[in-house]
Amino acid sequence: MSTATINPVLEPVKAPPGYVANRAILTGGSRQVTVLALIAVAIVLPFVLGEYRLFQATQVLIFAVAILGLNILTGYNGQISVGHSAFLAMGAYATAILGIEFGMPYWLAIPTSGLICLGFGFLFGFPALRLQGFYLALATFSLAVALPQLLRYKGIEQWTGGVQGLFVDKPAVPAGLPVTPDQWIYFVTLFVTIALFWAAWNLVRGPVGRAVIALRDHEVAAEVMGIRASIFKSLTFGVSAMYTGIAGSLSALSIQFVAPDSFHMFVSVTLLVGAVVGGVATIWGAFLGALFVVFIPNVAEQISSNATWAVYGAFLLLVIYLMPNGMAGGLEDLFRRLRARAPGR
Amino acid sequence: MTNLSRRTVLAGLAGASATALAAPHVRPAGATPGVTDTEILLGQTMPYSGGASGYADWGRAEVAYFEMINAQGGINGRHVRLISLDDGLSPPKTVEQTRRMVERDGVLALFGSFATSPNSAIHRYVNSRGVPHLFLASGASKWADPENYPWTMGWLPDYPTEAKVYAQYIMENDPDATASIFYQNDDGGRDFYEGFKAGFGDQVDRYLVGEQTFEATDPTVDAQIANLQQSGANYLFIIGQPRTMAQAIRGSYDSGWRPNLMINAGSASVSGTLEPAGLDKAAGIMSVAFVKDPTDDTWADDPGFLAWSAFMDEWFPKGRKSDVNTVYGYCMAQTMEQVLRQCGDDLSRENVMAQAANLRDLALPMLLPGVTINTAPDDYRPIEAMRLQRFNGAKWELFGDTIGG
Repeated sequence: MSTATINPVLEPVKAPPGYVANRAILTGGSRQVTVLALIAVAIVLPFVLGEYRLFQATQVLIFAVAILGLNILTGYNGQISVGHSAFLAMGAYATAILGIEFGMPYWLAIPTSGLICLGFGFLFGFPALRLQGFYLALATFSLAVALPQLLRYKGIEQWTGGVQGLFVDKPAVPAGLPVTPDQWIYFVTLFVTIALFWAAWNLVRGPVGRAVIALRDHEVAAEVMGIRASIFKSLTFGVSAMYTGIAGSLSALSIQFVAPDSFHMFVSVTLLVGAVVGGVATIWGAFLGALFVVFIPNVAEQISSNATWAVYGAFLLLVIYLMPNGMAGGLEDLFRRLRARAPGR
Repeated sequence: MTNLSRRTVLAGLAGASATALAAPHVRPAGATPGVTDTEILLGQTMPYSGGASGYADWGRAEVAYFEMINAQGGINGRHVRLISLDDGLSPPKTVEQTRRMVERDGVLALFGSFATSPNSAIHRYVNSRGVPHLFLASGASKWADPENYPWTMGWLPDYPTEAKVYAQYIMENDPDATASIFYQNDDGGRDFYEGFKAGFGDQVDRYLVGEQTFEATDPTVDAQIANLQQSGANYLFIIGQPRTMAQAIRGSYDSGWRPNLMINAGSASVSGTLEPAGLDKAAGIMSVAFVKDPTDDTWADDPGFLAWSAFMDEWFPKGRKSDVNTVYGYCMAQTMEQVLRQCGDDLSRENVMAQAANLRDLALPMLLPGVTINTAPDDYRPIEAMRLQRFNGAKWELFGDTIGG
């Protein structure tokens, strides 16, 4: 550490706790097989599950996309946001308003909502660049608390529906497909989820991803190497907002209703919980985190309807103590140990 | 409180997986969900967690009421079980919990789900699916729309109806007076505002001489009160949360303006609003009521009050008797009970709605004398009658006849 005072740039980069350079649970061919098997299961799921379980499965996918968005920002770029419920709201309202006011079909409204959030995220990320750590967290917090109130504002009520919110039509099933509307929205969500996970997977492993991670680990060193912090950090914010915005768009289509109450600041905390519990700076962690935030509150309510959130808190503590690297990290450790024990390896 | 028995969960799962393979919107012929020879299953969402959890006892009183009914032998030989799930007042969670109750637990009907936005979120869903969505704990006027939403029916008197009562009182009793209105700038506030204007009819410009709004977050309302004072109105109708209302009552008194005050029933609590404002300054305030105030000793020997009090002691001892929400829950559960009794053995969803729209002069123990519940296929407003009341400096006193209904 003494070198730091002489030449801070040359200080050896210390990885944050829990950071593993290559966090792949499986490698090479076996990974592809696993992913394909998971996708196959996901495609069969709607024909096996009851309607309510299918609805929950759709919610898990939506949360996975939203959490992945936050993870790109917080996990890979080290910027803390407690305001992502605002982007969820923006995506949802954009889809609702595009559909109602402009008659835009849902398949066009989803990417358009994503682009709107990309723009907003980029613009918000630009000034927010000057803010570090807690200050950025506070700035994003302000976004999360302000937006639900702004949505109620009289002047824009004719578009936002004010306190009453807006009804959204469920995507119509293409003619000739033998699926129910619920199954169709699940497949739409699944398609978007796979595409976005695939894109994120490639993004974080490519040069852009390395630049984003380098900025997190040592901004000064990264800049010395020619990475423009301003552009990359804003862009990361934009992409993160886009992911979460698309999740909001899908959520509007599956819930069929948007209202300011749906995007309470607590939703931001839920996303943060999902990101941390799943495993920061992991792609698959977002999916595991989504499973946690969708199912654990219900499990907690089954255990005690009077102390739901106390039970939820206990679950949260349990995961944090048992799996300090999140569920993705915990599973990875488990696989490693199993493999080490297995004979012949 | 609503832990599902293992048997029901298994049955629900089996049912869900069986129907999942068939076309999901078709019910097996002859069987109504949530009805067996021994049981009727109902469902609701309540804010047991989050900022609105102060209303939790509303739902808990309803659950307790059906437990009492079951101990007394149930309704037409069937026990009634009310699944009451937490939605934290978050509409997406309401949708999830409601779909769980409808699709997995298989409830016959939804009953008493709480607040406007959560009910809005499931409004279309329940109507497209044909699930009775009865007696909502919300005063929005949109629940009475049998033509477009035949499966949804509110319960509370709606806000515009209440506001009209005040306007008509002024026109009938003080035709030379002028009025002003001061309301919280949200949907509920605007519902009152529109109703108040509609109450004056084509004479609105002659009567209504001042209007101001406030935000729930305003630290003080002195500026708005000063503006209203300029109007010189004889009456001031205030709509809002207790804290701001107390400030407005005090402000209009201290400024020397001292108009005749009217306040919306939802905030007409003696301990919550009038005491903070100052009981002397609050004397003479008018409001309306439709249930018996559990803290008012007028009812100490009233048989209806005693029945409610006995229910609270035996079946809901954790609930606070001073909390009017337990009274609302009690009355609502009794309304539902009446619907199920009228259904007899025909517990189809269609008949549940038909009987809900067929309530005639239903008088309940804790409704004020003269206030009865009436519905019809084209009248989805169970409670329209109200009584005027005036605060005498110590407690509310009813006066005049029943209005509306």
